[in-house]
Amino acid sequence: MERWNHNNRHVALPNFCHLGVNLRIALTVEAALAAMVIVRTLDFDAFGEQFLTLSALAQPALLLTLLALCAAGRGLRTLPYRAGVIATLLLGAAVPAATTVWLGPLLGEPRPIALLSVMAFALLLGALLLGYFNLRARALSPAITEARLEALQARIRPHFLFNSLNAVLSLVRSDPRRAEHALENMADLFRAVMRNTSQLVPLEDEVALTRAYLELEQLRLGERLRIAWHLDQMPSEALIPSLVIQPLVENAVYHGIEPLPDGGEISLDIHRSGDKVHVVVRNPVAAQGSSHKGNRIALDNIRERLQLHFDLDAQLKLEPQGAVYQVHIVMPYTHERTAPALASAHRR
Amino acid sequence: MNAPHPPLRLLIVDDEAPARRRLRDVLMDCADRLPVEIVGEAGNGLDALDQVQRQPVDAVLLDIRMPGMDGLECAAHLNQLSNPPAIIFSTAYDAYACQAFDLNAVDYLVKPVRADRLVRAMSRARRLNAAALDDLRAAHPKARMHLSVNEKGRIVLIPVPDILYLRAELKYITVRTATREFLIEESLTRLEAEFGETFVRIHRNCLVARERIREIGKLPGDEDGHFLRLDGLDERLTVSRRQYSALREKIRSI
Repeated sequence: MERWNHNNRHVALPNFCHLGVNLRIALTVEAALAAMVIVRTLDFDAFGEQFLTLSALAQPALLLTLLALCAAGRGLRTLPYRAGVIATLLLGAAVPAATTVWLGPLLGEPRPIALLSVMAFALLLGALLLGYFNLRARALSPAITEARLEALQARIRPHFLFNSLNAVLSLVRSDPRRAEHALENMADLFRAVMRNTSQLVPLEDEVALTRAYLELEQLRLGERLRIAWHLDQMPSEALIPSLVIQPLVENAVYHGIEPLPDGGEISLDIHRSGDKVHVVVRNPVAAQGSSHKGNRIALDNIRERLQLHFDLDAQLKLEPQGAVYQVHIVMPYTHERTAPALASAHRR
Repeated sequence: MNAPHPPLRLLIVDDEAPARRRLRDVLMDCADRLPVEIVGEAGNGLDALDQVQRQPVDAVLLDIRMPGMDGLECAAHLNQLSNPPAIIFSTAYDAYACQAFDLNAVDYLVKPVRADRLVRAMSRARRLNAAALDDLRAAHPKARMHLSVNEKGRIVLIPVPDILYLRAELKYITVRTATREFLIEESLTRLEAEFGETFVRIHRNCLVARERIREIGKLPGDEDGHFLRLDGLDERLTVSRRQYSALREKIRSI
């Protein structure tokens, strides 16, 4: 089984193509612009007007800078850190300057905007932001992130453990082969649960694990548990955090199938769309709502681990649709070469 | 040697087929120490109630967590019989329930079940007393799906969604459905605690089904007197002054 370990990774430039990074840059720039206008006008009524005028120039400059940084990102990150920082700052100052030269006259500003002050503003903010990203990367150092991930280690529900053991015991005499196979499945499941979950694993491994888990449940629940697999479009090689899909399916069984006397169908749909991997788990909703607290805890756990691995690029959405409960996870499509560093997309 | 006991007539109740098979295996293994006759198996509480009433059953091995009617509710209904069977609960894992069992000295089995433990539990199996059962249900707060009464020796189940109102009258509580009335022996306070989501109190002695309220009106000739009418029922129920304002709040929030 392949794994990617990201220990001892030194601090590097952030990945400027990531949503989280872009958002942080954009918000900082906007805040700085607003602060600047406030200081300049000192008047609430004039603020709106001045801010709009400034934005006409600043927004395109910001957008173009972000685009340029994203495009140059791979090249920038191959440089040594110091050289990378200098190159980034230069790029970050040059693009706004060029935008000013290009757009300034079009906007018909009464007084020409000083090119130098634009560049100084950009350089200053750039340095500030890179400093922030550096600090943030250190704060989310692999050791700390790993500790947080360890605390989020998935657990086996005792209910599941004892019921499964009971089911295996019932098979030992009548069907020893099935009993053997069930114990092998249990071993796989426990290995995965006890393994360090801070590593990314290939999607196909996680699906194999989910299959092992469902075989065990099928043993107990028999025909009450029906499964619809939609895996034709699954990118088997994609890397995802381990134990993201299996606990979702476990939740679906526990809350969706077990409370129904006649059982129901769980559907698992995994596909890739563009640079995103989608995982959709659906289960019937039991009429009499059993406690949803346990459910929340498991989902919060998955959500936090996704965030530690992918920052804002991954989402977990709960979509109750009448008689069907749907959980939808979107993760960035990564494979070996682009495997993201642990915990933050910014340190690549 | 003692005279041989007639074998214990036993019903196995568990929603998982492998769990039932496992219990059969273990009972078979200790047949010399504990002669039993397994008279049937049931996959849920309703089925169990049905089987207990169709044949004589001395003891029921009853799983707690089952879809539909769970073990604790089933036990409560079984206790309505004039000659209820002994009940031994079983559970795979349920920390709260086990604690409650220990506190009330109710014997239970944890799955996977060991032969020794099973023999011990069966040999001292006995009926649940009503107080212990109430305590158990309090520790496992899940509203029942049915209320039950014993009518001519048979358990009659009243589905909770069919109930229009519950009214305390001296020793009993009148349970009113669209078609008829039943008398049950329970406490209105406990019922209110258990079904607080479904029923609202309109009077010291009366709970009504929240979703069945059709109209609330003023009693003629009485300044603050109010009455209430339910779907499918012509009867006017008195709303007490104390409950009126609280009731209006609740209705508004629906």
